[in-house]
This record gives sequence, structure tokens and C-alpha cells, in this order.
Amino acid sequence: MSGLFDDLRDLYQEVILDHGRKPRNFRRLEDADATARGDNPMCGDRIELFVKMTPDGHIADAAFQGRGCAISTASASLMTETVKGKTAEEAKELGARFRELAMTGTCPDCGAGLAEEMERLAPLSGVHEFPSRVKCATLAWHTLNAALDGTKEASSE
Amino acid sequence: MDTLAPVAFDVARIRQDFPILSQPQARGRPLVFLDSGASAQKPRAVIDAMVRCMETAYANVHRGAYRLSELATESYEAARAATARFVHAADPREIVFTRNSTEAMNLVAHSWGRGVMEPGQAVLISELEHHANIVPWQMLRDDKGNELRVCRVTDSGELDMDDLGRKLADGKVGLVALAHMSNVLGTVTPVERIVALAHAHGARVLLDGSQAAVHRSVDVQAIGCDFYCFTGHKLYGPTGIGILWAKLEHLDRMPPFLGGGDMISSVTFEKSEWAPAPAKFEAGTPPIIEAVGLHAAIDYVTAIGMPAIEAHERSLVDHAMGALSEVPGLMLLGRAQDRGGVFAFALDAAHPHDLATLLDRAGIAVRAGRHCAEPLHARFGLENGTTRASFGLYTTKEEIDLLARALTEAREFFR
Repeated sequence: MSGLFDDLRDLYQEVILDHGRKPRNFRRLEDADATARGDNPMCGDRIELFVKMTPDGHIADAAFQGRGCAISTASASLMTETVKGKTAEEAKELGARFRELAMTGTCPDCGAGLAEEMERLAPLSGVHEFPSRVKCATLAWHTLNAALDGTKEASSE
Repeated sequence: MDTLAPVAFDVARIRQDFPILSQPQARGRPLVFLDSGASAQKPRAVIDAMVRCMETAYANVHRGAYRLSELATESYEAARAATARFVHAADPREIVFTRNSTEAMNLVAHSWGRGVMEPGQAVLISELEHHANIVPWQMLRDDKGNELRVCRVTDSGELDMDDLGRKLADGKVGLVALAHMSNVLGTVTPVERIVALAHAHGARVLLDGSQAAVHRSVDVQAIGCDFYCFTGHKLYGPTGIGILWAKLEHLDRMPPFLGGGDMISSVTFEKSEWAPAPAKFEAGTPPIIEAVGLHAAIDYVTAIGMPAIEAHERSLVDHAMGALSEVPGLMLLGRAQDRGGVFAFALDAAHPHDLATLLDRAGIAVRAGRHCAEPLHARFGLENGTTRASFGLYTTKEEIDLLARALTEAREFFR
């Protein structure tokens, strides 16, 4: 029966499993400039996101807490790593491209700037083959938008 | 009905009755359907009966003065009579067709809870309830201000009968509303004892039979409850039809739920008069084709024999307890003595949704999440939810073995 799940290595690549088991930036930022909560009421996934900005409008630090599946945890972990040093606008642009990537598996605009950042997020592109799991991957990014827009709450439903 | 011995149960032959079980799935794997607790697959007999109804005997019921409408009315009322026999009701007029169990419980909360129950009386539910047996009573509470009490569940997943007794003791409970079988723990509740206890304290009893009615013979008169409900689609019948059984004395006292055609005896702009039960609770065109399908489903399981189905499931439960207890890192939720074929579990290395995705790849359909029982998962500290395998009469021991092997391999995958 070995190999029953071999074809799932596209979805659960080693980097995903690693970030799922040992999420980076998994902590609170007590001096955060922006926070938001993200909820997926259908499956109980929940994250709290913290963003610290530099005086000139770049993301100095991003961190999260919460609970969720390997996909949502890894996505939040990769996101917090990727958006550091970006402006709010760049972070939102990354989020828009990532949602496109998660839903379709491709990102036509990804050649134009931010290519390196999108490369880091690419391991999650396999999620597009699992429609019921796309929202797991996008929850963190919805929550980031909510934090940057000051709306405080996001839902990936 | 008791003449069919368990040995007569031939699961291979039964599987041939369900067309979907022989449909090839993605990657050529056979379908291992372990989500019957959410909704069961349909046998050919149900599919054919509904098609035959539409092709040969369909019209609206209770209205047309023509042969076809009379035929459809006869079919609809025959389904009611079959349902009455199925739950051993004293009278077919005690059967109200609803959309599902959820609607049946809302009907009781609305009509009996607001129209008959004494103001100030409490409703007593339990920690193991499905949201359908929680939310309608919360809505009643918020509307009428009556107390909502919650009976505790023990660590093994059984109703805490001492707590039930304590919460009934002051005689202020008007209704005890409980699941006959938990959709998460598999626990079958001791309904006869519950009814005796509740009645002794002046409370009526509603039982949510959504899970139980599928797995064992139900005799509402022997149980002695006041309300019982179940749903067609879990009993191998169609979606869109559920059943409320209630003693006529209750139905007669209850005001209508929905208003409309078919539920009145006369209408003027000043005043309408209600039709007698069950018509009083069946406003509008009812689920006619679905009733025919439900009738076929009841005939199907009755022909196999509920005792035989129960015996088969008992052997599956025993087998699953053994097979699943050998999976490393698996925590089974609920260890009730009396239980049916529903197993919710948590695997130490994998979140329920990741696990469900993996099992899907192995062709195994399971449910992940909190199974419309969020308070129960909170009670056991499982905010991430659980993965649930639930059996039907077509489930085999080989499928359970495959599940156990897949879980073992899934754990390796995530470690």
C-alpha cells in the first residue's frame, strides 16, 4: 500500500509540511500597529495576525497565532516571511496574486515584479486542485488585507 | 420483521442495489463511502420508485378531482402509513411530513414550544446534540425568555444520567429534547429510561432520531416519547423529506407552523380555520415524489429487516473498534457501551481537514470538522474538530480495514 498518497506530494510539498509543523513567526507582537482576526467558520480555522510598520510605511514585522490545518498554517507562516520589508501596497498586491495562484494554479501577472516573492509562495499552488481547501490557503491573506485596511476581521467563507 | 436472521444479511448482494457504489472514482479507485451519517447513498429501488412516480402517477395531491391526482394522493398517504408502521405509531395521522429533521424540531419549538408549553418552563437538551437540536431551543429562549438547560456528557461520551436527574428535579422542565443517537460519538442514549425520568418530573420528551432510525428498529410507543423525528436522506431515501411523529393529543393542541394552502378547513379574510393534523402542519404542496422515495426506502430496509441491519452494524462497530484502536496516535472520541456505526477521531499528527484530503485520495469519503456539534467538540477540547467515519448497511469490514491502513499511512505522511 506504499504510495497511497504519493500524488499528494504536489499539495503537501516538504516546505508546506515543514511550515505546517514548525510555523515561522508564530507569536504575538505586543507592539503591533495593525492586527486582525481571520475566521473560517466552516472548519474552525482561526488566526490572529499582527503587523508592525516602519515609519516610512514598510512592514517591519509580521506574526500570527491561531489554529488550523497544515495548509492554512503553512500559508500564514510563508506569508509572514514574505511580506516583511514590503509596503502595504506591495503586500496587498502579493495577496491578490496569491489568491489567483491558489484558485487557478497559475499567475499570469507574476512575471512583473515581486517574482522572487511569488516564487516562495509557489509551493502552495497545488491547492487549486482541491476547491474545498483553497480557503485554507487564502485565510491568512484575507486577514492581512483586513489588518492593513483596519477592518479587523476577515472570513474566508 | 424479526424473522430475518443476521445470517441472511449478504452485504455483497446489498451493495449491488446501490448504483453509485460501482461507479468508478478518480484514479480508478473504488468508492469507499464512509459518510453515510451525513447522508446515505440511494438504492435502485428508491431511484426507480421516484422515476416511476414522475413517469406514471404524478400530479398534485389532495386537490385534483381526477384520476392522476387521486393516484398521487394515494401514494402520498401510503407513504405516511408506511412511515407510521416503520416507527410503530398508533395512527398514520401522527406522522407529519417535513423537509428534514431540522424542520421537524423547529416545528415543535415553534408550535408546541410557543403555543403549548407553559410560560416559564425550561427546555433540557444535552452536550451531545446536533445544532438542529440546540439552535431552535435557543431561538425559543430568546423569544420567550424560558430557560435552556444542558445535560452533561461523561468522558466516555454517554449522557450523565445523574445530571439529567438533577436538572429535572425541580419539576420546571417542560421538554427534554435529546438525540436518540449521537452523530459524533455514536452513543445510543437510554431513551426508555430518559422518558420514564422525564415523565415522572412532568416533562415531555422529543427524540432526534436522525441517526438512530437508520440503525435500529424504532418503536415510539414502546419508547413512550412524545415527539420523534428523523430524516429521509439518511435512511437511503431522498433529500427534502423528514418526519415528525407526535402523539395526536399533542398535534391537536399545537397551533400551525406554516400557513398556506392545504392546512386549512376554511379561509375568509377575517379568519381561517385549521385542518386537523397532520394536514394542519403541511402547508403548501408537500414533497410528493420524495414521499414516494421515502416509502420505497422504508420498504427496502424493512425487507432486509432492521434487526438484520442492526446486527450487521454491530459487527462493523466491533470490527472498527479493533481496527481503529491499532492505528498509532489515533484518539477515538466516545467510548459508549451502547453505540452505533459512527466514529469520530483525532490523529495526533494531522489536522482533520488534511486527513480528509488524504483519505479522499485513497477513495475514502469521510467528513471533517465539527459535524454540526460545535459545543460537543468544545466539551472535549477539540476546537479543530474531528474526522468522522460513519457506516451504512452497505459498509464492509474490508472498507474499515482500508480506512485503518490509510490512517496509519497518513500519520507517516505528516510526521
